Amino acid sequence: MADTLHNLYIGFSVALAPQVLLYAFVGCVVGTLVGVLPGIGPLAGISLLLPASFGLDATSAIVLLAGIYYGAMYGGSTTSILMRIPGEAASVMTCIDGYEMTRRGRAGPALAIAAIGSYIAGTVSVVGLMLLAPPLASFALRFGPPEYFALLLLGLLVLAYMSGGSMLKSLAMAALGLLLGMIGIDPMTGFFRFSYGLVELGDGIGVVPVAVGLFGLSEILLTAGQPTAPEVKKPKLKDLLPSRQEWRDSLWPIGRGTVLGFLIGIIPGSAHIISSFVSYAVERRLAKDPERFGHGAIEGVAGPESANNSATSGAFVPMLALGIPSGPIPAVMIAAMMVHGISPGPLLITQQPELFWGFIASMYVGNVVLLILNLPLVGIFVNVLRVPYPLLYPAILLFCVLGVYAVNGSAVDIGIMAAMGALGYLLRKFDFETAPVVLGLILAPMIEMSLRQSLAMSSGNYAIFVNRPIASVMLLIGLALLLLSLMPFLMKSIDWRHRLGINTANEGEKL
Amino acid sequence: MTTDRLSAGVLALFALFVMWESRQLPLGTFRHPGPAYVPVLLASLLLLFAIFILFTGSRAPKLSSLQWTEWRHALAIFACSVFSVFAIERLGYRLTMLLMLAFLVKLVEKRGWILSLIFSFSLSWGSYFLFYTLLRVPLPQGPLGF
Repeated sequence: MADTLHNLYIGFSVALAPQVLLYAFVGCVVGTLVGVLPGIGPLAGISLLLPASFGLDATSAIVLLAGIYYGAMYGGSTTSILMRIPGEAASVMTCIDGYEMTRRGRAGPALAIAAIGSYIAGTVSVVGLMLLAPPLASFALRFGPPEYFALLLLGLLVLAYMSGGSMLKSLAMAALGLLLGMIGIDPMTGFFRFSYGLVELGDGIGVVPVAVGLFGLSEILLTAGQPTAPEVKKPKLKDLLPSRQEWRDSLWPIGRGTVLGFLIGIIPGSAHIISSFVSYAVERRLAKDPERFGHGAIEGVAGPESANNSATSGAFVPMLALGIPSGPIPAVMIAAMMVHGISPGPLLITQQPELFWGFIASMYVGNVVLLILNLPLVGIFVNVLRVPYPLLYPAILLFCVLGVYAVNGSAVDIGIMAAMGALGYLLRKFDFETAPVVLGLILAPMIEMSLRQSLAMSSGNYAIFVNRPIASVMLLIGLALLLLSLMPFLMKSIDWRHRLGINTANEGEKL
Repeated sequence: MTTDRLSAGVLALFALFVMWESRQLPLGTFRHPGPAYVPVLLASLLLLFAIFILFTGSRAPKLSSLQWTEWRHALAIFACSVFSVFAIERLGYRLTMLLMLAFLVKLVEKRGWILSLIFSFSLSWGSYFLFYTLLRVPLPQGPLGF
């Protein structure tokens, strides 16, 4: 522990150097901006500034790029809360309760809790990163295709806890989302599936056009022509901060989201995207009055936002400790390190302690910078709501089109967004939830790939899923969750006789 | 006819469509699934859920109870989205957005000409400056150079 504290001292002396501090600030500002703007995700932001980082020293370069990454996590919540447009997949769950809070005049507290929850989660998870990187990385290495399949199946099962409406309808929507995820080239055999000759569909349907269409576009399709303008209460100055009750309601969700997000984030691959979905489902399951979810429950903002920020730090664990990228963004950062002649891996801590500990310390500093940057901006962002809705929704439509086009430079993506917008409009009219479609779309390629890889490993033997301890434990947890979710139905059928007033105690005597 | 029954019918038809389209791909076996295996499995699940929704659909609201008062605006917004699909790479980003915004603000929302033009110009040119000039996001230029 003494060594760790000493190393942290070295790290802070590096991170608080004026030049490094400046780059942390620039990275956070750019990250927040790219997070706010739909379509421009952290990967695009990092790629934009990667060439600019070549001329910097290694520590400044990594600090700059990391600032963009977690700045984007902060920024993504802003459009989700204010306009129901998810900046990226990780912000989808924040749209649901965050936007409802905005409609009730609580946009300020929603943004503030998102910023503070992200700060707490980011800071605590950095501590986790600092103390647990090597052992956690070793654990993460034990994840193979069977473990992935079990984890992702577990992620799907949390759907049972995500929705307030009919579970049957949610499952149907998840199946629909999974089917949409089947579009594109089959990664195992190279067959084109359901692409109908469109080259752009060869890579599959992107999450951003679907999420922006299902959430953002469908919202303006539903609300623009209402006889009375959608009631979005204009926030007063004194309402910009959360109330005491909102603070109290947020504490445990922030804590749980932090732990969940960190644990999910360390797993190599894109599983960290599901951290916000899992957090939302957990908060809903644990709430005393789950019917508040979907109608402006602050826990529905605090948990997912904390989880996705915490997953960001978790995603750095395999990158720093083992040199293994857990996704495209850490992969770009590894490339940036290698440009500066640094090889991330187990020897990084011993060979380049000032870089490793400087990076850790800069994450503490970056979280403080983001909090200082975002809290005052809450008042500015919230003023967007003062724009009359007949002018606001065309602007929202412009940003939807622009954001979706910016992802791949493809007009086909705008078409997908339009189709999803129409679908989302109809689904909401017919009382279906749209979040399970997005979750299904995200998970589909990963689930199928891991299933088929597992079967290839075991020559078609399904016992591989029970022979591997981590996979079998996760499948058991999933089964338990599924049975728990069916309990209300089972209890209802047992209870029918009592509800009809039949005295079951006397029936035995009659017979 | 209730909302759930109609939507169940549509979902069931979609599931059958997917199964039909999947016949062109190798199905594989239970132990060695092919490219059609998982789509057919998912389509079967969707069909099953649709059938359950159909059977429990009598409790849902009647189709005639749905309000469609916003359909004109919804259609206009959807038409603008479709217009941008075809126009953005032919007319260029700025002109496409200018036309789209002017249509919505002037013709759909019936605001004044000056407000409509100022709003449309500033938003389309301003967003272009932010994304293209500052953030270096490639945006299409039209035949007129914008």
